[in-house]
Amino acid sequence: MAHHIDVTDLNIYYGDFLAVENVNISIPARSVTAFIGPSGCGKSTFLRSLNRMHEEIKGAHVDGKVIANGQDLYASTVDPVDVRRQIGMVFQRPNPFPTMSIAQNVLAGPRLNSKRMKKSTADDIVEKSLTRAGLWNEVKDRLGRPGSGLSGGQQQRLCIARAIAVEPDVLLMDEPCSALDPISTSVIEDLIHELKTDYTIAIVTHNMQQAARVSDRTAFFNLNGVGQPGRLIEHGPTELVFSNPSEAATEAYIQGRFG
Amino acid sequence: MTSLLTRPAAPSAGPPSLNRPAGRRPLPQGLTAAIWATSGLALATGFLTDLGGARGFGLAWLIAMLVPLASLVFEGRRKATDRFVTVLVVTAFMIAVIPLVSILSTVIAKGAPVLSAEFFTTSMRNVVGEGGGIQHAMLGTLIITGFATLISVPIGLFAAIYLIEYSDGGPTARGLRFLTDVMTGIPSIVAGLFAYALFVLIFGEGIRMGLGGAVALSVLMIPVVIRSSEEMLKLVPNELREASWALGVSRWRTIVKVVLPTALAGIVTGVTLAIARVIGETAPLLIIAGMTDSVNTNPLDGRMATLPVFAYSALMNPGVPPQPSIDRAWGAALTLLIIVMLLNLVARGISYLFSPAQRR
Ligand SMILES: Nc1ncnc2c1ncn2[C@@H]1O[C@H](COP(=O)(O)OP(=O)(O)OP(=O)(O)O)[C@@H](O)[C@H]1O
Ligand SMILES: [Mg+2]
Repeated sequence: MAHHIDVTDLNIYYGDFLAVENVNISIPARSVTAFIGPSGCGKSTFLRSLNRMHEEIKGAHVDGKVIANGQDLYASTVDPVDVRRQIGMVFQRPNPFPTMSIAQNVLAGPRLNSKRMKKSTADDIVEKSLTRAGLWNEVKDRLGRPGSGLSGGQQQRLCIARAIAVEPDVLLMDEPCSALDPISTSVIEDLIHELKTDYTIAIVTHNMQQAARVSDRTAFFNLNGVGQPGRLIEHGPTELVFSNPSEAATEAYIQGRFG
Repeated sequence: MTSLLTRPAAPSAGPPSLNRPAGRRPLPQGLTAAIWATSGLALATGFLTDLGGARGFGLAWLIAMLVPLASLVFEGRRKATDRFVTVLVVTAFMIAVIPLVSILSTVIAKGAPVLSAEFFTTSMRNVVGEGGGIQHAMLGTLIITGFATLISVPIGLFAAIYLIEYSDGGPTARGLRFLTDVMTGIPSIVAGLFAYALFVLIFGEGIRMGLGGAVALSVLMIPVVIRSSEEMLKLVPNELREASWALGVSRWRTIVKVVLPTALAGIVTGVTLAIARVIGETAPLLIIAGMTDSVNTNPLDGRMATLPVFAYSALMNPGVPPQPSIDRAWGAALTLLIIVMLLNLVARGISYLFSPAQRR
């Protein structure tokens, strides 16, 4: 079910501003690809262009191709709503729906799309998704309470549960652990490990150790200066990029000498 | 190097003392309390005795000014300025509250004795002198404002949704915003004349109709609803929309199921304020809905009495003897206030039921 994604000659714009230039990368199925790089180099922008969330920003557009499962996501016949159903996303800041309970948050995907389902099916989805996100034990006896009443780390795991409840093929995660303590972080890293048997996962992180721990492949983005577009400097298997990067900039970044 | 690391030992460069400079003592608590109490007493005396409200207020103010004076002596200039400004702010607050309290107390004092079951359940049909009631005007007000709400809320809400959720700030949006601003400033009599002219075009000269009143009121309501809903929709964090889109939910469904419920409490409050704003309108209703003594529940057929118009005509043409009619006008005014208060309570209830905060 998981898709691999091929990106060719992708330029990403905010209005006239070219934010990310000429990306060519292949993201294999059933693996974790980490995007690293200094702040402002366009990691989030690139990630958001993979499920067409980018174009929701006023004036934002792309040119180039993003092919998932043989289908160009930016073809004129493709509905971005369908793309997002297949390519889910977890945001940097936890964003549970404040009007919904914990259970309703998990079911938000199907429910907001007015999918009819039996109560037992719904309960199954809630339990399965929350278990996978490592949250079930903490919330199982307060599923009816508002989702915004959880701690930040719990909210983030709730958002992950919500994203996997729609069973996407690809999961994009934008710094999912940046607001979390080490314990919640390791819960989520374990989850990523487990999810990769079924999903294609792309994760943005500022944490080198995390990239090394969770990812199979790593892509390094960089930018030459303020106002310049970000570029994909190099990408490859994580061990290789970390132990023997082919670009000097990558090595400098990974060793913490800048960025 | 060393000069940076070692502190100069000069005695003059010690940190400034945080101790109160000599001669500055705290203001005795009892003194301020006593001054405030005397001031309040002067105010109360002014309103309750022959001294007169204005003189009482002036006296109270003069006494209150002793606090900054005392503070100048005891505490020094900075504290004294602070206390002086405090007195000014409290004064401004009192001045703002006086008309409100005065209106409320007068309306309650004069209107309450009139209220009775009979007052609410009879109309003025065939009533001369004492007796009679405002049933017809109450029903008229409820029907006309109800229809005005039915017309304004969808139009206003959809306009706000367009402005916030769909438009990209282009000419349509800018035009709409400009027109809303212009509409906000329309005098209510002009709204009434507009509705009248519109209905004359359709039904001919001399038309009187409850629905026309609703149209006139919605001209006044729509801009308020647009503005308040717009502000409320703006407050919904974009992250929630993105969260919904990222689940593969379409724009419209996101609006209906995520954005509107999140903003609902505020929107309801805005609509209530808009209703409260128009429910007391007299001039437009005088023109298009007219006045009658009997109950008329059909907004499409003929004159319809409303509370403000009833109060107006009961005062202007009281008949002989005039007192019962004037009493009824006060009763109608109080009823109007009560309706607005009930409306606020209902709105609060709805906001509470749908509030996103942690409830239960
Ligand atoms: N909504 C926007 N409108 C215009 N420009 C934007 C917008 N969002 C981001 N940018 C610009 O695009 C570039 C890339 O930003 P992006 O958020 O993708 O960086 P990032 O690599 O995710 O950084 P960080 O690590 O800090 O999250 C930056 O120059 C930024 O200023
Ligand atoms: Mg980012």
